[in-house]
Amino acid sequence: MSAFFKSFAPKSSGDLARIGVLIALAALILFGALRYDNFLSPFNILSFLRYNSMFALIALGMALVIMTGGIDLSVGAVAALASVVSALLSPISWYAGLAGGIGAGLMVGLLNGLVITRLRIQPFIATLAAMLAANGTALLLANNQSVSVSYDTGFTVIGQDDFLGFPIPAWIALAAYILGWLFLERSPSGRHVLAIGDGEQTAALMGLKVERTLLGVYAVSGLLAGLAGVILAAQFGAGQPTEGVGWELFAIASVVVGGTLLTGGSGSVGATLAGALLLGMVFNVLNFENGLGWISLSAYWQSVIRGLFLLVVVVLQARLTSKSTA
Amino acid sequence: MTMTDTSLKPTATTASPLQLVSRYGVFVAFLALLVFNIAVTPNFLSWQTLNVNLTQVATIVIVATGMTLVIATGGIDLSVGSLMAISGALAPMIFMGKLLPIDNMALAVTLAFIIPVLVAAACGWFNGFLVTHFRIQPIVATLVFFIAGRGIAQVMTNGNLQVFKNPPFQFIAMGHIAGIPAQVVLMVVIAILAYCLIRFTVLGRQIIAVGGNEKAARLTGIPVRRVKTFVYVISGALAGIAGLIVVARNSASDANLVGMGMELDAIAAVAVGGSLLTGGRANIFGTLMGALVIQLVRYTLLANGVPDAAALVVKAGLIVVAVFIQQRADRS
Amino acid sequence: MLLSMQGISKSFAGIAALQSASLEIGESEIMALVGQNGAGKSTLIKILTGAYQRDEGTIRFQGKDVSFSSPAESQAAGIATIYQEINLAPQRSVAENIYLSREPRRFGLLDRKAMREGAAKVLKVFNLDIDVDLPVARFNAATRQMVSIARAVTQNARLLIMDEPTSSLDEREVEILFRTIRTLKQNGVAVVFIGHRLDELYAICDRVTIMRDGHTVAVSAMNDMPKMELVRHMLGRELAAFQALARDAGSDDARPVRLELKNAGSGLRVRDVDLSIRQGEISGLAGLLGSGRTETARIIFGVDRLERGSLHFNGSERNYAEPAAAIADGIGLVSEDRKVDGIIPDMSIRENMTLALLPKLKKAGIVDRARQDEIVSRFIRSLGVKCASPDQPIKELSGGNQQKVLLARWLCTDPSVLIVDEPTRGIDIGAKSEILKLLRSLADEGLSVLMISSELEELLAAADRVTVLSDGMSVAVLPRQQLSEQNLLAAMAHQIDGASGELA
Repeated sequence: MSAFFKSFAPKSSGDLARIGVLIALAALILFGALRYDNFLSPFNILSFLRYNSMFALIALGMALVIMTGGIDLSVGAVAALASVVSALLSPISWYAGLAGGIGAGLMVGLLNGLVITRLRIQPFIATLAAMLAANGTALLLANNQSVSVSYDTGFTVIGQDDFLGFPIPAWIALAAYILGWLFLERSPSGRHVLAIGDGEQTAALMGLKVERTLLGVYAVSGLLAGLAGVILAAQFGAGQPTEGVGWELFAIASVVVGGTLLTGGSGSVGATLAGALLLGMVFNVLNFENGLGWISLSAYWQSVIRGLFLLVVVVLQARLTSKSTA
Repeated sequence: MTMTDTSLKPTATTASPLQLVSRYGVFVAFLALLVFNIAVTPNFLSWQTLNVNLTQVATIVIVATGMTLVIATGGIDLSVGSLMAISGALAPMIFMGKLLPIDNMALAVTLAFIIPVLVAAACGWFNGFLVTHFRIQPIVATLVFFIAGRGIAQVMTNGNLQVFKNPPFQFIAMGHIAGIPAQVVLMVVIAILAYCLIRFTVLGRQIIAVGGNEKAARLTGIPVRRVKTFVYVISGALAGIAGLIVVARNSASDANLVGMGMELDAIAAVAVGGSLLTGGRANIFGTLMGALVIQLVRYTLLANGVPDAAALVVKAGLIVVAVFIQQRADRS
Repeated sequence: MLLSMQGISKSFAGIAALQSASLEIGESEIMALVGQNGAGKSTLIKILTGAYQRDEGTIRFQGKDVSFSSPAESQAAGIATIYQEINLAPQRSVAENIYLSREPRRFGLLDRKAMREGAAKVLKVFNLDIDVDLPVARFNAATRQMVSIARAVTQNARLLIMDEPTSSLDEREVEILFRTIRTLKQNGVAVVFIGHRLDELYAICDRVTIMRDGHTVAVSAMNDMPKMELVRHMLGRELAAFQALARDAGSDDARPVRLELKNAGSGLRVRDVDLSIRQGEISGLAGLLGSGRTETARIIFGVDRLERGSLHFNGSERNYAEPAAAIADGIGLVSEDRKVDGIIPDMSIRENMTLALLPKLKKAGIVDRARQDEIVSRFIRSLGVKCASPDQPIKELSGGNQQKVLLARWLCTDPSVLIVDEPTRGIDIGAKSEILKLLRSLADEGLSVLMISSELEELLAAADRVTVLSDGMSVAVLPRQQLSEQNLLAAMAHQIDGASGELA
């Protein structure tokens, strides 16, 4: 795994940002551990991981998309759609629910990829439309209300149970990230993803199969969003057609905080995970702070603080990149 | 590749069918929807139908007008919905005296109109500042307020619903001017002003030039930063106005809901209306028509018993088709 | 015969780009492919590589009839193309760039070690010893080109197509490139060399294929084709070489200095430049690529800040922070790259032409349309812009006409100094001499022109005085009497160390 850590070694300003996010994450954990009694309690850690696994999965797909220079605005709505589909299928069997949710996500992802590569429509617009369509479909399937899952087929295990002491969603996310890292750093196709983000035309001239790679990346993003939707349904016991609003932007924020430039061509899987955890931890720390009773910050502060976080990161990034190009 | 360099024959610009569709498609779609509804939808040709549709479309058009200007410079503004929430949260706090007690109701209402819009404009300025000063991509820069803005509105109101009854303030949504709903009048005035800005003023030409080729624009002495900042300020201010209309119409302000998803509606209106999302064009009238078409599609489906959710799917298809036609026409 | 393309035709939207064109290349042959813009060179190449599909004709490569449907296919068959700029993925490492799309694998995963070692080995053949793990963007243009060539070599390319490979190289780098090409030739690789600099073609190529208006008009051994003959084939008419444009004989030194740079410096590219522009003269600025010409213009115009030395305009000191400030003083700049820095493609001729004038065309913020129309039609007439109407988008015009609109953009502001950076680049010979004549007559009317040019003929024909830059420093000023190809070349090559003071 040493190469995993080596991928953080600074070669460019983007790498500096990636180190920055790790330091910030470590600092926040240290701050929480020193300040709050139960911050490092197993309960807190496990519930933190259980909940944030969904966002980590979505952020991973988003990171791959952004590395190609694209964007996927549909992931939130896709997660909601997948949660509904899996909830509807969960009475059949747990794997029907799982496969249905993933399949729904994969379908939307493929559709995104096809619209982007075949119709040559900008990713921003294509996935925006997909967001609306997925949202509408979810509402139609769910009849405008949440759909409870079946508790008889073991479907909820996916979201609620532990394996070897860790929540299953965390295992799923961890597996996804390891695969994602292997793919990006160690497989030819992963390097092609980055090369395409460096310049599509050049990549095509160099003989890369640009369309197929893009199609694959959007499909993976959809698939991971679908997986997050399955976890959502399993964890909260219901498919929720109106959930997932703004998740895509949260995922983009995680990716950006993780030092991946939105212009594509660079980025790291590990730092994306750190970015997602960092943003999630802001909320966690906020809860503890309220628990102390010194100040009482409403939950609404979390989006303000997340926004501030994003602000600081993008301003720092802008500073770093302008310095390195000057 | 140009075959002959000097002897370029003055090309008589004959438009291809695709270009015709891209130019007039939104009108044709609009007319088709009208005809369809007149034939199929019961009671379509009524004063009430017109009112319902126009009042529902007013806020979208107002926000989309600002969005058109931002997109014309090659940018995008994701923060509009959140800025609506801020403005919508602020206004009732002012005239209900929650911020500071104001005895004079007229003054309080006047301030309730002015301050929220100024605050939203200031947020827009900040967006512009991030974009121009730090050269942050617009989609990321405005993402900051997209996330934080609604939070700010929720924190201000502590997430509570503010219910009120204030006829002078609510005139902006409930009142009528010469029999026309005030918000519709406002929408028309704003659209006309924006049209004139683009069509007749120096600033308007500069906005288009910046979106068309930013480097070249700077080299002709256009104050690129100022022009860009300006469009974000306008977009913010218009979002502020739209926020006021929404809370006035509902007699209540809910920071969790005001302006939710508005950025998407506005972008959709711009896209369907025929402004290229890559910048360099601003078709205000098209945006108006785009918003009307989207609204009319939704109304048509609803009036004929199709659920609202299905309208979303149709809207998605509409956006893809519209953008596809625009791009193809532009390339040919 | 390695490659034989015969009777190739191709039209776009009914307009013929190629009409029965042909190209034949022998084994290990270096073939020059020349022609003006629009002659059909790139279309022919794109058909060869499979980027376009031909309408008619046959292609035989290595004795077999072929028809590539994508660049990937032609690459697999042994045809590699090295484009001017878009060639490599800038953020990827050197090694990755060399192997992208054909990465060495172990167990399905990347074999990074093999990739790194292979890359280093192939670069060593070309005497290049660099860290192959660094991103390509870290290296200069010449090195990047070597990486492209190394990539082609590892693909076992039999035919290498190089599209203006020397356009961003300096003399020394060109020499290295030529050495590389000769090495390739020895190893049995044939090269198609697309270029414009005649001396380079004669230095490296075995044969030449000349194209014009979609036809192949001549094929010959390089040495059997005299320069004048080659140019005549390209232009299709007797070369009316720029006759020196008549200049009035007034004493140069009597004219007041409009603009003056002293010991100017900014960043690394402009180190120490002295330069003056007098009223009513065309002041030439010459130098090899990378000598800091364009950068010097950018300082004068306020695009980049002057960091060292001084800039005086009409005798008072200036340091423009923005182009707008320079424009306010009556300075205009027609930049080198029309598409990137000049035109707003979707806007009309009218809007493009009046962009810089707009602030002066307004009444209470509103554009005075009557005056705008009057000015636009006046300049369309006086410069002879060929267009359907002022409402036509500028992108529909030819290069020469676009350039006229961009000149008018500044002329309508009634400037006192006009900087033109490569004013005739990418436009055909007829429009070229028109534009030079125009600049001359403007100077005669009192405009101060700073003309940056890579074409010696152009400077010799039009300039009153030429300042020569080398490596960011002004090394010589040649007054009219001393203007000759010989002196210019000598100064550009910086071979007159002691004499520069004397010449200046």
